[in-house]
Amino acid sequence: MILPYYIAIPLLSAFLISLIAGKKDEWAVLLSTTAGASMLILSIYSLIAQNGETFVYKMGFWSLPIGIVLVQDGLTCLMLVLVSLISFTSLIYSVQYIRHMDRNWKYYALFMLLITGMNGVIITGDLFNLFVFMEIALFSAFALVAYGGHAEEYEAAFKYAVMGALSSALVLIGIAILYSATSTLTLAKIAEKVPTLDPGLIFWTGGLFLAGLGLKAAIMPFHAWLPDAHSSAPAPISSMLSGVLIKVLGIYTIIRLYFNVFNAPDFYMQVFLVLGAVSIILGGLLSIVQWDMKRLLAYSSISQVGYILVGLGIGTRLGILGAVFHLFSHAIFKSLLFYNAGAVEMALGTRDMRKMGSLARVLPITSATSLVGTLAISGIPPFNGFISKLIIIIALIKAGAPVYAILAVIGSILTLGAMMKMQRYGFRGETEIKKISEKIGWRMNTAMILLAVLCLLTGLMLLPGIRESIVDPVVKVLVDHSQYMQLVLGR
Amino acid sequence: MNNSKQGMTLIVKTVTRVTVWLIVLYGIYLILHGHLTPGGGFGGGVILALAFLNIMLAYGREATQKWLNLKFLEDIEAVSATLFLFMGLLGIALGGRFLINFLPKGSPHALLSAGNIPILNILIGVKVAMSLFLVVWVLAGLHEEKGGQS
Repeated sequence: MILPYYIAIPLLSAFLISLIAGKKDEWAVLLSTTAGASMLILSIYSLIAQNGETFVYKMGFWSLPIGIVLVQDGLTCLMLVLVSLISFTSLIYSVQYIRHMDRNWKYYALFMLLITGMNGVIITGDLFNLFVFMEIALFSAFALVAYGGHAEEYEAAFKYAVMGALSSALVLIGIAILYSATSTLTLAKIAEKVPTLDPGLIFWTGGLFLAGLGLKAAIMPFHAWLPDAHSSAPAPISSMLSGVLIKVLGIYTIIRLYFNVFNAPDFYMQVFLVLGAVSIILGGLLSIVQWDMKRLLAYSSISQVGYILVGLGIGTRLGILGAVFHLFSHAIFKSLLFYNAGAVEMALGTRDMRKMGSLARVLPITSATSLVGTLAISGIPPFNGFISKLIIIIALIKAGAPVYAILAVIGSILTLGAMMKMQRYGFRGETEIKKISEKIGWRMNTAMILLAVLCLLTGLMLLPGIRESIVDPVVKVLVDHSQYMQLVLGR
Repeated sequence: MNNSKQGMTLIVKTVTRVTVWLIVLYGIYLILHGHLTPGGGFGGGVILALAFLNIMLAYGREATQKWLNLKFLEDIEAVSATLFLFMGLLGIALGGRFLINFLPKGSPHALLSAGNIPILNILIGVKVAMSLFLVVWVLAGLHEEKGGQS
């Protein structure tokens, strides 16, 4: 059983980095990339070997009402691969970027703690444990957002910290109410008792969780912190935050709680649809008017999270397939676009697209991979974004919600508009840029090329043969709401 | 250290010099008896941290800095956390599950009993004492430098 290693490896490397790293960052880089690579290998192995089964790991052999369990099912495996993949490429990318910022090993220790928190949220089967890991991830994210050390970054981090603390308080109140009603904190045990609970209690705790987790996922009325935090952070951290953090802390937890524990109440499915549609349209409109490249991408994240939420809100097999697939593909192309933005910022020293121009000659790889990312996020075939958006729109039409389907198409056009603006001004403008202040090294280029290739390859995940072993177990976990509870409790 | 102008009055300094050892002793007692009586690693660790903070308040920041090796405290903190993880991993190696009890349990209410728990309590106590003290130390020093970096 390899489940505890997902927490132990990054935690151990975080402590060891703070112990052995001296003034320079060589040891920190070595340790963190080794940890990242080993987690990537472990998670890909468990994704392939899982076979749609659910494993329950009892900590210290204590059985369920007393002990804490770690659970591994299809969704867990997919999320672990996603976190490991994005964190590994971010680590490769970070080496040059952080040296450019003239900073030391502390970045890598915080980065490892961020991964610890996210992996913990994904694999734990206990509600309070989930909260604790969520806080670990959030606190390291606050510190990493402020890493640049300028006034603007401190402001963004402070805003993020206040909003994060508020959302955690709401989640904690929700947990307390659930605990007082069911006398247990294990997700599966709560799920077992939910049918006997008062529907009003589910309604109100659901509202608390929606506000708390919605803040972490930056769903539309709760999004105010996201553009600041995601654009002020160092580029690899922006891609971690936008690519995986909002999905793990927000969307993944929403999925677990509302689908596997609360048994997908109809009212909240409607709420997901409405909030998702609002996020798609407003996020798209707000992103199109931005001139700051990273801010544009950050607003576009809100819009893309809306798609995932709409897909979940449909609740049909196809809709959930689309949501899960969009979750995966968005992490890849949005991380890629943030890497591109970071490379441009490093080369030109600005994020303002009005000061950029034709970059194709000086930054060939950045410019080419940004085109791949643009096409993927706007939903142009044959990239992964096209497939996932198509599935969501088809699912909406099949479920008899044509209005939402039209809104989703409009949102896609808005995204295309925003991304075309980025390409037109940011990478392919009139003024030819001849001099750049810093060259983009092989590590950053490797990270970008890797994700650009994956933008194309992950579309193949829906091919028969691969689909049965990777995507179908995830969809099965979410469609059979009570299956999670039965498997964890061993019935 | 006694005659410096920094910190509080001579009365406070003298009283602190005596009481701080009692506070440390009480913290150690709570940590060591964590598996027998109320308290434990976290509570005892907080009290140890308070002992350090007591010195900082009574004698002032600079005098404490001369007397304490902060880098060493940071290292102790990281080492205790690492050792805790190693205890968990030893559980996998010796018992098959993370953090499993692999030491003999002993007889109830004896000081050396309850398997791993006293060791884990000591590690938690050290970790909590060092981190809490360093957190307060860093936060209290923020205004001294521009931009709040330390």
